[in-house]
Amino acid sequence: MSKKIHLQIDGRDIEAEEGMTVLEAAHSVGINIPTLCFHHELEPWGGCRLCMVELEFGDWTRRVVSCVYLVEEGLVVKTRSLKVDKTRKGILELLLAHAPDSPQLTALAEEYGADRNRFEQDASFCIHCGLCVRYCAEVAEKHALGFIDRGIRKEISFIPEIAAKECNDCKGCFPLCPTSYLQAAFVLVESLAFPSNGK
Amino acid sequence: MEAERIDQIIDEYQRTPDLLIQVLLAIQSEYNWLPKAALQRVGEKLQVPLSRILHIATFYNAFSLVPKGRHKVHVCMGTACHVRGAPRILDTVQDLTGIGAGETDLEFKFSLETVNCIGCCALGPVIDIDGKIHGNVSIRDTADILEQYD
Amino acid sequence: MTQLKSPEELDNYRQTLSSGRDANTPCIAICAGTGCLAYGAAEVIGAFKAEIEKQGLTAKVDTKGTGCPGYCEKGPVVVIYPEEICYLGVMPEDVPEIITQTIVGKKVVDRLVYSDPDSGEKAIHQADIPYYKQQKRFLLSSNTLIDSRSIDDYLLINGYSALSKALFQMTAEEVVEEVKKSKLRGRGGGGFPAGRKWEGSRDAPGEVKYVLVNADEGDPGAFMDRALLEGNPHSILEGLIIGGYAIGAHEGYVYVRQEYPLAVENINLAIEQAEEYGLLGKDILGSGFDFTVKVHQGAGAFVCGESTALMTALEGRAGEPRPKYVRSNVKGLWNRPSVLNNVETWANVPLIINRGADWFTQYGTEGSKGTKIFSLVGKITNTGLVEVPMGITLRDIIYKIGGGIPGGKKFKAIQTGGPSGGCIPETLLDLEVGFDELTEAGSMMGSGGMIVMDEDTCMVDMARYFIHFLSDESCGKCVPCREGLRQMDRILKKITEGRGEEGDTKTLEELSELAIDASLCALGKSAPNPLLSTLRYFKDEYEAHIKEKRCPALSCKELISYYIDPEKCRACRACMRKCPVDGISGGKNRIHVIDQEKCTSCGTCLDVCPPKFDAVVKYSGEPVPPPIPEEKRTIDRKKKK
Repeated sequence: MSKKIHLQIDGRDIEAEEGMTVLEAAHSVGINIPTLCFHHELEPWGGCRLCMVELEFGDWTRRVVSCVYLVEEGLVVKTRSLKVDKTRKGILELLLAHAPDSPQLTALAEEYGADRNRFEQDASFCIHCGLCVRYCAEVAEKHALGFIDRGIRKEISFIPEIAAKECNDCKGCFPLCPTSYLQAAFVLVESLAFPSNGK
Repeated sequence: MEAERIDQIIDEYQRTPDLLIQVLLAIQSEYNWLPKAALQRVGEKLQVPLSRILHIATFYNAFSLVPKGRHKVHVCMGTACHVRGAPRILDTVQDLTGIGAGETDLEFKFSLETVNCIGCCALGPVIDIDGKIHGNVSIRDTADILEQYD
Repeated sequence: MTQLKSPEELDNYRQTLSSGRDANTPCIAICAGTGCLAYGAAEVIGAFKAEIEKQGLTAKVDTKGTGCPGYCEKGPVVVIYPEEICYLGVMPEDVPEIITQTIVGKKVVDRLVYSDPDSGEKAIHQADIPYYKQQKRFLLSSNTLIDSRSIDDYLLINGYSALSKALFQMTAEEVVEEVKKSKLRGRGGGGFPAGRKWEGSRDAPGEVKYVLVNADEGDPGAFMDRALLEGNPHSILEGLIIGGYAIGAHEGYVYVRQEYPLAVENINLAIEQAEEYGLLGKDILGSGFDFTVKVHQGAGAFVCGESTALMTALEGRAGEPRPKYVRSNVKGLWNRPSVLNNVETWANVPLIINRGADWFTQYGTEGSKGTKIFSLVGKITNTGLVEVPMGITLRDIIYKIGGGIPGGKKFKAIQTGGPSGGCIPETLLDLEVGFDELTEAGSMMGSGGMIVMDEDTCMVDMARYFIHFLSDESCGKCVPCREGLRQMDRILKKITEGRGEEGDTKTLEELSELAIDASLCALGKSAPNPLLSTLRYFKDEYEAHIKEKRCPALSCKELISYYIDPEKCRACRACMRKCPVDGISGGKNRIHVIDQEKCTSCGTCLDVCPPKFDAVVKYSGEPVPPPIPEEKRTIDRKKKK
């Protein structure tokens, strides 16, 4: 029986359990906070920063990423504010430079007034939400793909030998990709790098 | 690359996953690159998935997944060296060796890398070749320095 | 060597060592730090040993390779004790003379001592050299007194006496209190009060705790940690063990950058030696306190200098930072209380324990106590490491210690704090150096890098340099940092290549705000600092690049054109021969003319034109003068110039 925590989200008084994140607490009562890298079956990641919320402490505010911030007694949370909205708009515009046609991004773009042409189009339409990599590691436990490199050169990459054995029977990550980059990457590695039959 | 030697290197460390990076550094140091077979062996012995090893092997600058040349040329691009003209030194080295940063020439003589600070900032610009540091390098010195290596 | 099992045994051993050494025996201390080794210090050390043997003096003279004394501009540096005569720029050829004249003849070799560049005044002793006079070298001065690879040398300068005092004369709580009282702030960049960090870990729940040394020193331009770790590794170990005792940790880690092989070697050796002497391991000095240390090498990632990324790397993973909503001194390495401090912070601990917090607080300012080691590099006459009390002005550091800007050039800015810091202009040089003062000016203390820039440095290029560096070093996990830096890098490249547009600086500012507000870790949050500080103080340079396609510093390749002044050219053909694109026409007695279509702005012609002619000129933002007509290109050598 875990301890109960009382907090306020968008003016509503909420009872949550100790150890829950602010995002989980919000979801539990049907309050929507936009996310891209969150998935209920996966460990919270904190990469997209879209679920940022504003915490109020008297006159002073602080913004935190709700999918990794644990609930605290007496917390006052606002899921929308000028600064939060501005941040979300900024993030969306940066991601739209990669995947302007992603349905999820387009819908969010409309809500936050994000301009898909703000930045020059980038060749890669991966938005690095990490859902595919994390799903394969944590749920499927096949480790058939992973991240490689870092910074602006970071990418997802399939391991051909493992993917050749496992993926066609699984593809559990396919529905998770918000941009279909994953599917394209899979097709590429299948045609170029899978070991030929018999190996 | 013999499997026994790889096993020996791994066994010098406790076979715990937290020592993964130290093991890879030892293999890199011995072979000058990380052969895939070695990575697979490391994964087996340390009980770590290959995807994590490949992330590490590409995340960190010290590792190479392709064989390197006999001589490792590192041009420091730290701030102090930059201010003293490192970019032009790099251009010159590239012109003289025919390869760009991150590349190895066809004879496997030189591998060129940029490095983000060796800590010899007072001697900038600095080129490190095989661990020997050449400081206060001028464009004219560069050709002379490279000629010392065959 | 039997283990030392009590403070008395330690003191007795120290006494034995001391009585075995004659204070009057000459000792030649040659810097064997990485910098001087690059200058040939190993050959100098070899030459000394050989010459001493040759002159039959081996029993009468000591030589030792020591740690870095900081005056890197004048390396290899040799200090002769007990007189403390300091010779600069010593080469193997100088060695026989030094032995004969100074060691045997007790005379000074004039040409090797410091000589003031203006007055010619000499300074024979290390303490009299202007470079050292303004410094307070509590940490660095030990470097020349010891062979970095000798624990006995360290013991002789009272090494491990602080550990003995802490273990036997103070409780763990008293140690934490003393460090709190000293107001020691982290020397790695964050400037967080060390005592408070220790207290947080001390009070955190959990049996297993860790103390960690951050020896990643990723800031390009900074090398003070290298000098401390290479030169005096035991001082850091001693501080670490005291820290372990204070918070109740029995395991320590030293995370050291693999780009510092000598530091890795020396700290590993120091650990072995300390274990041998019973100063590490079980029941240290018979106190009942157990403590072990392991060394982990970094593998080349700047982000691993960030505390949570460092801990992730220690766990054998890619160095991706973690959110710091729960501080790492409560949940750090393996989710256990972990105190991570910088090398220099740890090195200060034995001093504070031995001399007391009250001694420490005498130095520095109200908000920044003690001394700080800075690496003074770039466009400065005296490059090297300087240890000064906080509160000294930037002006004093640059001019009184640094000797000003070489080549008669004008100072433009000093960059502090590495890629998380900012550029400080001439108008702020009277700023008293301290954590808060630097932050207010738009920069930060960082780990202590101070890169001096002059009129030839383009500030837009510097912003581009830092953003590009960070775009490569970012872990890439979060959007504001990865994507923000990607776009900022593109925009700055455009601007430096002459394709900047109206609105570019506004976009850069907005991307900066996003990164500061929403990035996951301190790398992303501080990434915009260098850019923002250059926008704040050097906006005119951005406007010149964008509106006039002009680089005021004449540095950005795509914005400069080269021109040979026909009045000055003496047709020596040096540039013609060296031009990589064969773009210079002319000949013997024919004025050289650069073909602007072929020119790639590589700058070779400027480099090779003899200084007495000085005929090559750079233009930016305006076209070069048209080439002089063919008929006028012949030089008549019979005419006097």
